[in-house]
Amino acid sequence: MVKRVAIVGIGTTGFRPITPDVSFRELIFEAARKAYTDAGIEPSEIDGFITTAEDFMEGYSIADEYCPDQIGAVLKPTQTVPGDFLHGLATGYMMIMTGAFRTVAIEAHSKASNVKNIGELMGFAQDPVYNRPLRETPHAVAGLEMTRYLFESVTTSEQCARVVVKNKRNAMRNPYAAFGADITEGDVLASEPVSLPLHRLDIAPHADGAVVAVLAAEDIASTVCETPVWIEGIGWSTDTPTLEMRDWGDAAYARLSAEMAYRMAGIEDPASLIDFAEICDEYSYKELQHMEALKLCMPGEAGFMLESGATSYQGELPINISGGALGVGHLFEASGAHKILELVEQLRGEAGARQIPDVNVGLAQVWRGVPTATGAVAILSNM
Amino acid sequence: MGMRKVAIVGAGITKFVRRAQETGKELSWQASKMALESCDLTLDDVDMVTLGTAPDAFDGVHMKGEYLADGAGAIGKPYMRHYVGGGTGVFSPIHGWFHVASGMADICLVVAEEKMSSCHPHPQGAFLTIFDHTTEQPLMPTLIWIFALEMHRYMETYGITKADIARVSVKNKLNAMDHPSAQIPQKITVEDVLNSETLCWPVNRLDISPASDGAAAIVLASERVARRLTDKPVWIDGVGHAIDTAYWATRDLSYPRYVETAARQAYEMAGITEPDKEIHIAEPYDPFDYKELHHMEGLMLCPRGKAAQLTADGVTARDGNMPICPSGGALGVGNPIAATGLMKIIEIFLQLRGEAGKRQVPGNPRCGLAQAWGDLMQMGTVVVMRN
Repeated sequence: MVKRVAIVGIGTTGFRPITPDVSFRELIFEAARKAYTDAGIEPSEIDGFITTAEDFMEGYSIADEYCPDQIGAVLKPTQTVPGDFLHGLATGYMMIMTGAFRTVAIEAHSKASNVKNIGELMGFAQDPVYNRPLRETPHAVAGLEMTRYLFESVTTSEQCARVVVKNKRNAMRNPYAAFGADITEGDVLASEPVSLPLHRLDIAPHADGAVVAVLAAEDIASTVCETPVWIEGIGWSTDTPTLEMRDWGDAAYARLSAEMAYRMAGIEDPASLIDFAEICDEYSYKELQHMEALKLCMPGEAGFMLESGATSYQGELPINISGGALGVGHLFEASGAHKILELVEQLRGEAGARQIPDVNVGLAQVWRGVPTATGAVAILSNM
Repeated sequence: MGMRKVAIVGAGITKFVRRAQETGKELSWQASKMALESCDLTLDDVDMVTLGTAPDAFDGVHMKGEYLADGAGAIGKPYMRHYVGGGTGVFSPIHGWFHVASGMADICLVVAEEKMSSCHPHPQGAFLTIFDHTTEQPLMPTLIWIFALEMHRYMETYGITKADIARVSVKNKLNAMDHPSAQIPQKITVEDVLNSETLCWPVNRLDISPASDGAAAIVLASERVARRLTDKPVWIDGVGHAIDTAYWATRDLSYPRYVETAARQAYEMAGITEPDKEIHIAEPYDPFDYKELHHMEGLMLCPRGKAAQLTADGVTARDGNMPICPSGGALGVGNPIAATGLMKIIEIFLQLRGEAGKRQVPGNPRCGLAQAWGDLMQMGTVVVMRN
């Protein structure tokens, strides 16, 4: 029986606001080539492949068709998980745990710059009968949710703006990040109101890029890899897709997926055991809301924890040291991939200028965006 | 191999129709409810849910898996969607198998839904965007167009006639007369098929399965739980899936090597060395009548080019030596893409339990197989089951 699964290789193109010079297949090829080189493995030695993609974002009706060639998966077991990269990671983890697969590669990419009108496209995710006729944009829904969260947790817009300042500054140390900047809270609050209390700079701008990771069973991981990064816990969960029926202040999907991952990893006190976290900050308030749902702090305390500096680069629990979605760019299905990339680099001690000293356990969390209430959590360690 | 054994313990399926009044959510709900009730379980007993559904363009809903979550009973549970184009329905139990065989879940609900009628005026429109935007879309190809190429190639390579192929349509539509979910059960003749409207030579209207709405669901359980729930578990003994290159114009269209690759994985896992003897009953994917023959050969149930002869000899009839598509297949029961694949899994499940009613094949089959195929004629998914 397989007992543990590790990430033994990872590769990325880095993330850019636009990539007119390459197709999405070329982006994926670059990431795959780097991942296989990193793992010291040939694609022919990989037993299974997973790609994560959503048709509408790709502009193809069966986007799955175009995945095999550039990742070396021709005539191999290959599937698409229309979910976040972390859902793909969970599937890959399960495949290896069955014993039928020893190595699995997972791919995620974003070519958001190819989509002419993302706001309108995301509108197609809303219920066609009840919500779509209202023509709400995703940001309008997020603005409503932000209002509810700020009210319930007694958090302020200023605290949310501080998340943006922190993450964009962190991104300046990350060579992969597309949107690093040195700005102030005043800049965020003075930016164009989109759907109050949400301002333009509270929203993560989208970016292009690809990531491929290689997973292996314990026996292989220990032989091919100097620092295997182990998957200690993984959880995923979905709350109701119906906007009218959910509790808007509570990110139930994050709470439930974290509980599943903590149970698997045997973690009872996450705040003290987890060294650093990469959590979803597609909107600034989401970082704070998710910190509470992940039990990294008590309900209502995330804003104060941020203000105390505990989640900053040199704090006790650095959050979004990569720059998060606000600093790196929102990557849609690849959101979890850049978080896993950051975890792997930090846990291997390869994070360069942004390396946190003495880290052993990291957490990655994603949310699939408006109007979903779907999320996933992964806990990785180098021990 | 020391893997955890996984059984199918319950199944549910809606009627397959051209235009369902129900939303996709409601179809998923109906199938899930039937599947759970068939094995006396409730949603509370379900650890995890996985859902298969094909292009979002059919329903016109972005992130369709998220939209269908409540219908599939996934609220508050670990829930994922999986997707391999037309091969999705037979991949669904494979993805469910990952959940249970890995030890992550003891009971996993597997749902497959398709609502093609939302796509106006015809779901073929959604298929215009499956082709490469630079090299193929400017030619305005349709699905029927590329399958006509493949069918023609198959006929040419092995000297098979349109009449040989039409027998599959006649057989499957007749088999469907006994299926309660069937959309177009018909008693027709080979002449009817040959005389039906030519859509893109050599494909005639009666060579093709219809566009359909429908959903299906099964319940998977680990060995310990399955033995507690039922006296007649049906074990998933072998699974395989494989994808071929996206550059389909570079491939030999006369033989589906991706199906063979997937079948070899499943046979190895199930310990099958002589599939033509050890597999008693099979449900290969038959969205076009020639595909049933094509797939029988890819599955190594007969030598290449010989499937048409077996059909003409009645070997593949419901009372033949190797019944193929005793359900009525996509040609007779209907073809709501992902749900069709799971319908085929359910047919083998019922046949192996001896619960297929009027469709029951003689001789107490012990080993069955279901297969689906998808993407740009490039994806094969295979599941081998035993009772």
